[in-house]
Amino acid sequence: MAPPPAVRVPTGRTTELLLLAAAVGVSVLGYVAVGAAIDGGVPAGAGGYGAALGVLALLAHATVRWRAPYADPLLLPIALLLNGIGLVVIYRLDRATPGDQAAPTQLLWSATGVALFVTVLLAVRDHRVLRRYAWISALAALVLLVLPVFFPAVYGAHIWITVGSFSIQPGEFAKVLLAVFFAAYLAAFRDALALTGRRIWRWQLPRGRVLGPVLVVWAVFVGVLVLETDLGTSLLFFGLFVILLYVATARSGWIAIGLLLSAAAAVAVGLLEPHVHGRVEDWLHPTASIDAGRGAGQLAQSLFAFAAGGLLGTGLGRGHSILIGFAAKSDFVLATVGEELGLAGLTALLLLYAVLVGRGFKTGIALRDPFGRLLAIGLAGIVALQVFVVAGGVLDLIPLTGMTMPFLAQGGSSVVTNWVMVALLVRMSDAARRPAVPR
Amino acid sequence: MSRPGISVTGRRAGTFCLLLIVALLVQATRVQVLRAQRYDDNPANRRAAIARYAQPRGDILVDGRPVTGSRADGRMFRYERTYRDGPVYAAATGYSSQIYGNTLLEGVEDDVLAGTDPRLAVFAPWDAVTRTPQRGGDVVTTLDGAVQQAAYRAMDRKRGAVVAVEPATGRILALVSTPSYDPGSLAGSSAAVRRAWAALQADPLQPMLDRALRQTYPPGSTFKVVTAAAALTAGADPDVPTDSPEPLRLPDTDRELTNEAPGCLDATLRLALARSCNTVYAKLGVDLGLDRMVAAAEAFGFNDPRLRVPVAVSRSVFDTRMDPARLALSSIGQYDTRATPLQMAMVAAGIANGGRIMAPRLVDRLTRADGTAVAIESERTYRQAVDPRVAAELRSMMEDVVTEGTGTRAQIPGAVVGGKTGTAQNGVANRGTPYAWFIGYAGREGAAPRVAVAVVVEDSDARRADISGGGLAAPIARDVMQAVLRVR
Repeated sequence: MAPPPAVRVPTGRTTELLLLAAAVGVSVLGYVAVGAAIDGGVPAGAGGYGAALGVLALLAHATVRWRAPYADPLLLPIALLLNGIGLVVIYRLDRATPGDQAAPTQLLWSATGVALFVTVLLAVRDHRVLRRYAWISALAALVLLVLPVFFPAVYGAHIWITVGSFSIQPGEFAKVLLAVFFAAYLAAFRDALALTGRRIWRWQLPRGRVLGPVLVVWAVFVGVLVLETDLGTSLLFFGLFVILLYVATARSGWIAIGLLLSAAAAVAVGLLEPHVHGRVEDWLHPTASIDAGRGAGQLAQSLFAFAAGGLLGTGLGRGHSILIGFAAKSDFVLATVGEELGLAGLTALLLLYAVLVGRGFKTGIALRDPFGRLLAIGLAGIVALQVFVVAGGVLDLIPLTGMTMPFLAQGGSSVVTNWVMVALLVRMSDAARRPAVPR
Repeated sequence: MSRPGISVTGRRAGTFCLLLIVALLVQATRVQVLRAQRYDDNPANRRAAIARYAQPRGDILVDGRPVTGSRADGRMFRYERTYRDGPVYAAATGYSSQIYGNTLLEGVEDDVLAGTDPRLAVFAPWDAVTRTPQRGGDVVTTLDGAVQQAAYRAMDRKRGAVVAVEPATGRILALVSTPSYDPGSLAGSSAAVRRAWAALQADPLQPMLDRALRQTYPPGSTFKVVTAAAALTAGADPDVPTDSPEPLRLPDTDRELTNEAPGCLDATLRLALARSCNTVYAKLGVDLGLDRMVAAAEAFGFNDPRLRVPVAVSRSVFDTRMDPARLALSSIGQYDTRATPLQMAMVAAGIANGGRIMAPRLVDRLTRADGTAVAIESERTYRQAVDPRVAAELRSMMEDVVTEGTGTRAQIPGAVVGGKTGTAQNGVANRGTPYAWFIGYAGREGAAPRVAVAVVVEDSDARRADISGGGLAAPIARDVMQAVLRVR
């Protein structure tokens, strides 16, 4: 009887390379389209921009091929495409604001992000080592969250650390650290947490002793909300915790408690804190300032931009989303996508995020160790929640909060953090897809 | 009861996350498709204005050449209007301002000029997909540049209006209102535009008032033509002496009406028109009665609130409820009888065209940017004001006015000119400066008249004695008619 033929496990690396080439191609095309609309020709920097993106792509791909050969081939290309589209849109908005050139800086941050991506893949050979840093991560996250309180508020929210002309948003880094901590904590104690306490009607309530962590996290949530008046970050952290708690324990009872408590806190802050209250009022009546004779506010301008895009969009470089004014390149960057690429382009973009999130969850489900499973699901959940909170805000689905669209928006802290998250997902997907028996 | 594992709960959580993105897609569809029109139409949304000024505006053409233009200034509202000889054509073009909107032709034909008129589309569905903006169309006017320039020059620094019409077609050849203004000074959105606007608004001479179409004046003695038309239609003979006292006591009052010139006692209608006898025509109006007078005035277009050229024209008034004393005054164009210069030009044009008034029009056709027509304004009869026999008698009477009456200064060598002068009293107890009028027509010997005009001068600087239709308005009318006969 002949030995079974050697099965060559498909790694997907060639697929990844082709998709990366497509991602670079789409980005360069977008860049050219902006130039064609505004200057009537190919913009001068198109070649350099394409080359830079191509080098970053090759660098990341080579690292994956070398250190994570079985990784999910969709993660890296989607990240690169989102980053590329973001650069195109920021470049396009730069053309409308001659005094403020953000695209070169953003390209630099993207390169830093890819460098961190490579570093993480090289340094973290097995994601399970991160468990050891759970409590350090929690401490660091708390420090990062509290630090901005001591710095002046920027546009009503304490979320920035500013040193000279250099400013970072520590909350962005904190979300990865918190994901690591939550995953490690819940992986270790999930059985204990799942033990049921009293039963009231159909709800399995947890024992008072293990209710502690939930209350602590809720307190941090309210603290961030009150001290930093940052509805988005607190929503993100609490949502992340609730998702991981449910995934780890399958107990919906105390999630309901947590949600009720948080909803109460959110309503209270929304009514009492003027900055958050204003956001809620804008959400309910986005055109109220127009009726009052004060002209269109940012949210109304954002809705005008989306509406102007219609089904197919105006085409890159042909919209007027710059009317949004402040934060058009960061918090409101999605409005430019909506206006210039239309509902069609916006749908494609949101589906890219959906695939990224889906592959993250798939990785989590395929992994065998509980820490890795929870970490992968946590990271994917962060992306989903952040997309929802930001896009929902600018589309007037939920109150507006100051957060950035992953990979798309202007902002160094954000883009760097997102590349680290993708690096961790790539690392874990490699572990999940690696054949059990070495060849 | 066994607890579901992470594979199950993770899948549920993943489904929840994907539902969040589905919710975003639903909301995006609401904003971008279902409610898009509402946001597009919101007055605070500046995109419509940006799109309007993103391309050059279509032009207004005189003699096939644009009297307008567009200049790019690189601001958010990119193109602003320019005008060639702006003050000369302002009474026809109006202005197109980024702040103050559009008036007159710029206003009425704005859809065509701005490119939003659906008739301009060559292949609408494709343009909608590619979002290709339609180029602005052009408005080809009926104006004759040489006649317009002659009329504007003839008005010199006087205050008033001139309208010249081609009787056989209704084409408006000249439309002048003075003092005028430069509509180009209102085009953009700068501080200078606001200053120019404020200065024009504060000017007591009202330069932006279109006196030719939008101002009504008492027509004075020029209205005697309408009264004569009513009498001839009723069967009167222009060469039979009338039974007219001098002075005439107005019915049921102790006011007496006199004449400027001698020889009006029992004068024939022909002579009374040439000498502009108030007594004869005031009595004639009363003898004809209110109904006949109203019918005659309305046959020429008085009391028509819907006249458009296509710019809306103010309503000229002949009162329909009066006692005989007021009817007497109204029959010589006083009391509350009021007419626009265009209305009086229509009276002259109707008589010159055998009694048939052609609808006056300022626009010949609307075209796309490439010159292909999207709408052609055709000739249309406005009203048959009097029958051809009456029209012929009126012409012979009006020609006598010019050859031997008050209108001799309108004579043109080698041409047949008919006309009527007027000096309309103005103000309470006649203390205001009177208005000088002339209406008339001219043509080559043995041919149909080529032009009908109305001139009104409301000049406060002129010496009072000079303010007579014959002295002040007739020479202007002559210059304008001469310009038509010379070029056409």
